[in-house]
Amino acid sequence: MRKYSVFAVAREALRDHTGWDRAWPNAAPKKRYDVIIIGAGGHGLATAYYLGKNFGITNVAIIEKGWLGGGNTGRNTTIIRSNYLQDPSAAIYEKSRSLYETMSQDLNYNVMFSPRGVMMLAQTEHEKRGYLRTAHANKLQGVATRFIGPEEVKKLVPIINLHGPRYPVLGALWQERGGTARHDAVAWGYARACAAMGMDVIQKCEVTGITKENGRVTGVNTTRGDIACDKLGVVVAGHTGVLADMAGFRLPVESLALQALVSEPIKPCMDVVVMANTVHGYMSQSDKGEMVIGGGTDGFNNYTQRGSFHHIEETVRALVETFPMISRLKMLRQWGGIVDMTGDRSPILSKTPVEGIFMNCGWGTGGFKAIPGSGWAMAELMAKGHSPLTEEFSMFRFREGKFIDESVAAGVAH
Amino acid sequence: MLYLECPYCGVKGEETEFHAGGEAHLKRFGPGSSDQEFESYLFARENPKGVHFERWRHVNGCGKWFHAARCTASLEVFGTYSAQTTEPPKAIKDAISAKRPGWRWRDFS
Amino acid sequence: MMRIRDIGPAVSFTWDGKRLQGQVGDTLASALLANGQRVVARSFKYHRPRGIFTVGSAEPNALVTIGSGAAQDPNIRATVQEIYPGLEARSQNRWPSLGFDILAINDLASPFLSAGFYYKTFMWPRSFWEKLYEPFIRRAAGIGALSGQHNADHYEKAFAFCDLLVIGSGPAGLAAALEGARAGARVILAEDDARMGGRLICDNALLNDAAAGDWVDAALAELAAAPNVTLMPRTAVTGAYDGGTFGAIERVGLHLPHQPELPRETFWRISARRAILATGAIERPIAFANNDRPGVMMASALRSYLHRYGVAAGQQVVIFTNNDDAYASARDLEGAGVQVTLVDARADAVAPAGFAGRFIAGAQVCDTRGRMGLRAVQLRHGDGRTEWTRADCLGLSGGWNPSLHLACHMNGKPQWDEGLSAFLPVPGMVPGLDYAGAANGQYDTAACLAAGQTRARAALGDLGLSLPAAADLPKTPQAAARPMLPLWQVPGKSRAWLDFQNDVTTKDVALAARENYTSVEHMKRYTTQGMAPDQGKNSNVNALAVLADVTGRSIAQTGITTYRPPFVPVSLAALGAGAQGAGFAPQRFTTSDAASRAMGAPMIEAGLWYRPSYFPQAGETHWRQSCDREVGYVRNAVGIADVSTLGKIDIQGPDAGAFLDFVYTNMFSTLPVGRVRYGLMLREDGHVMDDGTTARLGPDHYLMTTTTAAAAQVMKHLDFVRQAHCAQMQVAFTSVTEEWAQFAIAGPKARGLLQQLTGQALDGADWPFMACGPIALGDVQGRLFRISFSGEMGFELAVPARFGAALFDRLCDMARDLGGGPYGMEALNVLRIEKGFITHAEIHGRVTGFDIGMQGMLSRKKDFIGKAAASRPGLLEDGRELLVGLRATNGSLIAGARLFTQGSDAVRTADQGYITSVAYSPTLDASIGLGFLRNGRARMGEVIRVKDHLRGVDILAEVCNPVFFDPEGGRARD
Repeated sequence: MRKYSVFAVAREALRDHTGWDRAWPNAAPKKRYDVIIIGAGGHGLATAYYLGKNFGITNVAIIEKGWLGGGNTGRNTTIIRSNYLQDPSAAIYEKSRSLYETMSQDLNYNVMFSPRGVMMLAQTEHEKRGYLRTAHANKLQGVATRFIGPEEVKKLVPIINLHGPRYPVLGALWQERGGTARHDAVAWGYARACAAMGMDVIQKCEVTGITKENGRVTGVNTTRGDIACDKLGVVVAGHTGVLADMAGFRLPVESLALQALVSEPIKPCMDVVVMANTVHGYMSQSDKGEMVIGGGTDGFNNYTQRGSFHHIEETVRALVETFPMISRLKMLRQWGGIVDMTGDRSPILSKTPVEGIFMNCGWGTGGFKAIPGSGWAMAELMAKGHSPLTEEFSMFRFREGKFIDESVAAGVAH
Repeated sequence: MLYLECPYCGVKGEETEFHAGGEAHLKRFGPGSSDQEFESYLFARENPKGVHFERWRHVNGCGKWFHAARCTASLEVFGTYSAQTTEPPKAIKDAISAKRPGWRWRDFS
Repeated sequence: MMRIRDIGPAVSFTWDGKRLQGQVGDTLASALLANGQRVVARSFKYHRPRGIFTVGSAEPNALVTIGSGAAQDPNIRATVQEIYPGLEARSQNRWPSLGFDILAINDLASPFLSAGFYYKTFMWPRSFWEKLYEPFIRRAAGIGALSGQHNADHYEKAFAFCDLLVIGSGPAGLAAALEGARAGARVILAEDDARMGGRLICDNALLNDAAAGDWVDAALAELAAAPNVTLMPRTAVTGAYDGGTFGAIERVGLHLPHQPELPRETFWRISARRAILATGAIERPIAFANNDRPGVMMASALRSYLHRYGVAAGQQVVIFTNNDDAYASARDLEGAGVQVTLVDARADAVAPAGFAGRFIAGAQVCDTRGRMGLRAVQLRHGDGRTEWTRADCLGLSGGWNPSLHLACHMNGKPQWDEGLSAFLPVPGMVPGLDYAGAANGQYDTAACLAAGQTRARAALGDLGLSLPAAADLPKTPQAAARPMLPLWQVPGKSRAWLDFQNDVTTKDVALAARENYTSVEHMKRYTTQGMAPDQGKNSNVNALAVLADVTGRSIAQTGITTYRPPFVPVSLAALGAGAQGAGFAPQRFTTSDAASRAMGAPMIEAGLWYRPSYFPQAGETHWRQSCDREVGYVRNAVGIADVSTLGKIDIQGPDAGAFLDFVYTNMFSTLPVGRVRYGLMLREDGHVMDDGTTARLGPDHYLMTTTTAAAAQVMKHLDFVRQAHCAQMQVAFTSVTEEWAQFAIAGPKARGLLQQLTGQALDGADWPFMACGPIALGDVQGRLFRISFSGEMGFELAVPARFGAALFDRLCDMARDLGGGPYGMEALNVLRIEKGFITHAEIHGRVTGFDIGMQGMLSRKKDFIGKAAASRPGLLEDGRELLVGLRATNGSLIAGARLFTQGSDAVRTADQGYITSVAYSPTLDASIGLGFLRNGRARMGEVIRVKDHLRGVDILAEVCNPVFFDPEGGRARD
């Protein structure tokens, strides 16, 4: 793999950029791999990357039914934060956030992690009480957050309307080292790094079946032939239910559509990421100048990856209430992604009833921020059979009543 | 928009008039049930891409809960029916079969 | 550039502060062209000077800012904005001026700024990214700017319903709408343009041997006269959604001088049983070196400016085409006295009849000159010879792309048609949406008219409407177009633009392919092709054709990216109309609201309701003073509080008791008539949902009280349980929260007050603690409950809501006479904490009955919702955090603080719990609180460390029974 650097760019500039390598080769499936990861989204690619980097396992294929990074990785609003109330959540999200800090250098691919700060507005007394608790829990967990007052909110976000007659801003939970990253670059950077370790990134290859023998996985059937493996990681977000069905078990997961939109690009007017959970709207400004806006999920199972009507209206209503100045902006594009929600709104990183199959799913609306941490933990789980980061995220926790339950804390999508 | 017809009051409306209540035809397991039964009732879900049976409430109307047969991949609604049923009525199953031959959902087909 | 024909009276407007004249009917673009304004914008990345490129809404270049101050709108397409007297337009994305833009230096640095260069650099040293590189990149971001002021303008949202929605009013759309009108269907004809007619009013075409405009006028007159037809000009249909729903944005006031009473825009939601897509086609450019100069335009746009706006866009025009359509532009311009050179890439092309200008077949335009405005174009002849020829305007025609975006909004994929070299919609992409005319690849007028008619008739027939015989369509001149020659790019060394707005060139696409970003989606995201405000309307197909070329695939194999709504940008103000200010969410007011505000009480929101925080009195400077005084009313005299906001659910039927037994953890069927009982309600997952009292008013009649916040949730839950689990039960319920105004009368003198009010003794024998029953207040039938949320002798008196305001005034007066008065939420909170009563601060969703010490209320004798889950091992584990009382031994407790074993470090591993509610108790003169402490019930008397890292509190507190005051409860009993 030829290294990316300012010198490489300068060199290539002089010869019309004709010397660049492929970021990843087009691999054809081999007959057998030590590990197959289904799903070349951020989580799947990160899992493969850390299998190689941390455990030296490189006979790995990452197979993807469409194009890599084409699922939720390329459809989300790219918010990165780790200000969770529950200890297990904070642990994995903070691991993830810290990996984002050095990801560009690790992967030699600029993923533009931009720690511009994430602010979660408290707009009711109830919400304020909750965020105070979270700020405190974070303090103990070693997650750097604090609760700030309205004056500081206004200083950080001059365009905000503190005195909304319905939901005045009472303060905010502020994570200074939260932020955003370039979502596609995360997938591409991992894919390039995986390929450089000799792994096969296989696109346009759909899994049609999972083969087992004596309760143990033996491989997968795909549209490009059967492939054998010792271990199988299923990392397919919204399509988890479909894959679990192939493997022969049910999961406490439901797939919902999540809506997002971007505005036209405008000159910078908001430097931080603002999340307003009471009114359901999340917004940040990209480096291109677009306002990237996240909305809510449908309450019903939905596999349509398309924009809906009323969620976007609701989200936009929330934003024009909180930021009356941005209402002169125009929506440029809206879309939907499929997110998989568990019963307690916390993810599953787990062994399964089938030996050798591991599931990574249930990130709900919060998957992007978790990509490196999830990959790190999943790789450890697959390589060693256990990981301190995944212990509490077993799929069997539901029958035992050991819920993690961030949903009550977050109230809404997170 | 997703359009549903409330089988109780006969009103047809779009999704904001209704509230989704999750998977239908779940058998409740109370005290004394096994781990498996408990989990299957409270957490495990079909979550199919395709034909699905769901509970809905006509929240901004008569307030009644009802069942809907719907395709989760296209948002097409095959029919709605009473919540006081343990399986979809034949007319609903036929309506699905007409549009999705060979469909299956749990033990129904 | 010049005006060769007047189209209306003069209108004056300003451009970058300069006063210019346009004419009524002009767009800003046509007016700028008429004024010779060649450069109107700078491109996004390279800050290249750019001119007007198209006519209509696909414009990639001419984005401008309209208005100033709070009314400033950025990124408005000059080709859509109509001019009006006083219109204020400015160029954007340039500094210091449009003519001299510092960041044009990017253009010189372009070899370094290749597609995705930022993924490969800015990584070293690490800290520089956020401190230097990114801030620098961000400073260059965006095109237009917001004013920074709040938008005070008026926008609207509206709904429409129809049988047939016709999208686009060209020949196909008009023919379709006429069919609908004649069949009596409810028809909506929506047109993005200010004027209806599509290409018919932009071309010099003939219908029935007369000007096409005459037929258009007649058709519009017929449609306007039909009561079943709604014409919606200036309305762009923006999205196709599920269930026959379409979004549309109407420019209501954008073309007029500012009128505060008129909405600027209206966002429409149109429900259509059937729809016809008749949106025409978008002409595509051809990529060659420096094809983005000001003066390079689409060939068809030249014709539109000429015929519709009377403006010739150049004096020396070269037209470069690969198809016959551009011949009309050449002919028409020549007819207007413009010198025209016609360059046709097809070797076998022949000059159009009557065309006198220079005609070159088999040649291509391969380069241009003229940084601030086109001066010359370079031609490469079929034999390889090149020549420069002078030109101030270059019209491009690389063929047409059907405008099928709406058909793709539900993720349907269009199909590549080799013959037409275009993507065509396929049936069924959006249920109920059919296609007619150029949007479906039918380019000549006769075919458009015929398709509009037949597709509309098919749709109307589908709806079961009876159709009159099809009317004759107007006669069109014979047109025999020769096949086009697919031509996407002219080879060359310099940059050739595809996406003008985002500055994506053919080199960028080739680089993406070289680096294996060969999926169209990867190419799009890597190069940003098609991701600008124009969404690549005139560049996407060219870009993927170039991608197909460099990857050796066919265009069909390469595929197409997904078009997302909206078709044109939609202002957030219109989409969120009505949400600014108080309109965002409903507000609920109690019957005592006005009186409370009159007493100066600050109101706070609680679940959409507004409740008084406290009632300040003269001389009080701090809320605590008022609060302490009000607590004193209740502890020593009598206090009045409006408790109407608590949810009230009336439950009736022979099985009402059995039903309550199932939804509550404790028994209600055994509750005697005339008595009230506290109940605990769990979610099916074993956690506490809500609590409250339920009164038995009759053998089959109960009245349930919920907390204010959970009222709707409990109602939904009851409905669900009743229907899903207890279908056989005879029980019905209804919310009566708003029907009753209810007031707490609490304190040692409460009974005295009520005796005086009702004339009844209300003694302990007839009205013991937890009794309830009807009571008459004169002619008003009320209800009285002897319950207490303060621990004092307490009653709650309910009357029909219309008597609430009067009763509240009366109660306050009477209380004052007894040394008491009204009390607010703050005092109510202190009183309940003193008594250890929980609210949603404690039952926050993650606690069980066991956690709050109510395990005794989980009946062993019966099943109830949540029982199975409540006995899961995970919910009964040792070490759970349990509800306790806390009394500070030094300092003040603070809600949210964490608890640690005394002497231990305040770190995560030593964390023992947290505080949920605190109060200063004037009764006990102590700082007290409720909280959750690991194994708390076994730790009474222990002194623990209370640490709040956030606010620097570090004190000690004694763990105690959560009931601080009167633990035996004697005060409430008698």
